[in-house]
Amino acid sequence: MTIASPTTGFLLRSRLQSLLDILHQDGYTCIGPQLRDNVIHYDVLDSVDRLPQGLSDQQAPGHYQLSPAGHQRYFAWANGPQALKPLLFAPREALWQSQADTDGRLRFSEIIPATEPIAVIGVRACDIAALTIHDKHFLQQAYPDPCYQARREKLLLVAVNCSHPADTCFCASTGDGPHVSYGYDLALSELDDGFIVEAHTEKGLSIQSRLELDTVTAAQRETAHADNLHAAQQQTRSLPARNLQRLLFENLEHPRWEDIARRCLSCGNCTSVCPTCFCHSEFDDAALDGSSSNHYRQWDSCFNQGHSYIHGITIRSDTRLRYRQWLTHKLGSWHEQYGRSGCVGCGRCISWCPVGIDLTEEAAIICDEQDHA
Amino acid sequence: MPDPCLPQPAQIIERIEESPGLFTLRLCFTDPQVQRAYQFEPGQFNMLYLYGVGEIPISIVSDPKDEHVLDHTIRALGRVSKAMSRLKPGEFIGVRGPYGRGWPLLAAEQRDVVVVTGGLGCAPVVSVINYIAHRRERFGKLNIVQGVKHSSEFFWRERYDRWREIPDTRVLLAADRGDPVWPWHVGLVTELFDQLDFDPDHCSVMLCGPEGMMRAAVRQMLEKKVAESDIWLSMERNMQCAVGHCGHCQYGGKFICKDGPVFSYPELKPLFGTAGF
Repeated sequence: MTIASPTTGFLLRSRLQSLLDILHQDGYTCIGPQLRDNVIHYDVLDSVDRLPQGLSDQQAPGHYQLSPAGHQRYFAWANGPQALKPLLFAPREALWQSQADTDGRLRFSEIIPATEPIAVIGVRACDIAALTIHDKHFLQQAYPDPCYQARREKLLLVAVNCSHPADTCFCASTGDGPHVSYGYDLALSELDDGFIVEAHTEKGLSIQSRLELDTVTAAQRETAHADNLHAAQQQTRSLPARNLQRLLFENLEHPRWEDIARRCLSCGNCTSVCPTCFCHSEFDDAALDGSSSNHYRQWDSCFNQGHSYIHGITIRSDTRLRYRQWLTHKLGSWHEQYGRSGCVGCGRCISWCPVGIDLTEEAAIICDEQDHA
Repeated sequence: MPDPCLPQPAQIIERIEESPGLFTLRLCFTDPQVQRAYQFEPGQFNMLYLYGVGEIPISIVSDPKDEHVLDHTIRALGRVSKAMSRLKPGEFIGVRGPYGRGWPLLAAEQRDVVVVTGGLGCAPVVSVINYIAHRRERFGKLNIVQGVKHSSEFFWRERYDRWREIPDTRVLLAADRGDPVWPWHVGLVTELFDQLDFDPDHCSVMLCGPEGMMRAAVRQMLEKKVAESDIWLSMERNMQCAVGHCGHCQYGGKFICKDGPVFSYPELKPLFGTAGF
């Protein structure tokens, strides 16, 4: 339940561990950012010592690098490759099992994942926007997805207002960040000596009330506000502020698609790191003794050959058609499905594209009315 | 409430070889309660599951009024359908469904109906024809047009013969390539349209089959002054979940599985015929 007016307090950096401790007491497993394989990724977090303190990231098309930043902040970096997506929509999971008796009679049973309450620390505005899209896709329709639902119901979000966007970020242009404005339980604005903690829901309020907080000073509030403005102003990339749905579909034969296809490896990295891509395939995995078979789903990508296969035909047989499908869906037909663009401006598809294809640049070229009038 | 996405076991009551590589499975749910409760609309489909192998979306061809069996006509073409073709009566499969939006039969009442199909495209409209046959007085003239590539691929001859007996019904058949004993038209199915008997101002046109055929049929129907919104098409794309989650069947902003598979032409028009969607 969202509370009427957010309440705020100031938490000294030295007391951040108490937030994790309270969450643990309430039965949550905490998931938070930490360094692994030279990227910041999310995993179980018991101690603030594991947070990526004092790190900054350098991101560019096809490029991601971390380095010491010369400060002590915990969250002064932009998102790494991992979004909230795998925590709710598992990369691979069993949906149901069939069992055959000796006569070949079948019995089917659901497999609902064992879930535990999870609190994610450090969620950014772009990922909350993506989560809201996935809620619509998986839950707010005729057949709510039981696996997603089981995890979603036990999710608590401790958001962080972005203060250091990457060069690949463009959430300000999609309207999804850098400030979190909905969908979280607690939000942190990080300052040099601590955090402004804001409770947004009753659950968040209950946690906040047990933290040792000071009153937020006007100066602290101002610094946080300035950080936030700065984070928006720093962003250099943007999506064209035009009707992309109309323009993309009017330009299906634009020569740029062919140009992209010459660079694109059709690897599907963009769809893996995209926090809103939801495609998945289903397949069976039979037990070796033949007595049972599990029916799985696994993330799929519209860049895969099999994605558009139908009785002997591949609808999208080449990379041009696959990239065009991805971009026209993400920035165009998504509006028809979910009432908004499928892009939340996180920039992951730019950083994690091995050949550095930048969708903001491609969209601008394809949708340039001057160029193609 | 049972999970609507969980298959139910069904037994194969009969397996009918329609033509080489084309077979019909006549199914009955093993749980009588499930069988009794099962209802579908013509044009909807089921996901059929072969144990340990996987699922395929198949439209339901039997009569919605038949409480005892469910028929699915399948072409053995892919990994799952080929394996499924080897099943015998008495064996079991899984069935989940029905899914999707079927044909607009209420809207078609009091109107002439033109059903144009190509190849196995006739399967999703068989239940429409049976539906109309059972409620003949509610509909105007019925035209059934079916085309095949080669006359040897024509199946359900008896069914078409039977449909000729439905009052006020015209059955027209075409094969792109005929043979000495093919008594009907040799050429494209659309070449038969001048023989149709219907009122373009009060009709429902239902199309199913290869998209090239449907494109030509739409073009000709529009030339005959049929309103765009009176033309309905059943679409096919890769489907794995059948409930609009997996993303494979997307056609622009539409999910074929849940927004269709039956669409009115204006819904499809912006992308219809564009390669790659």
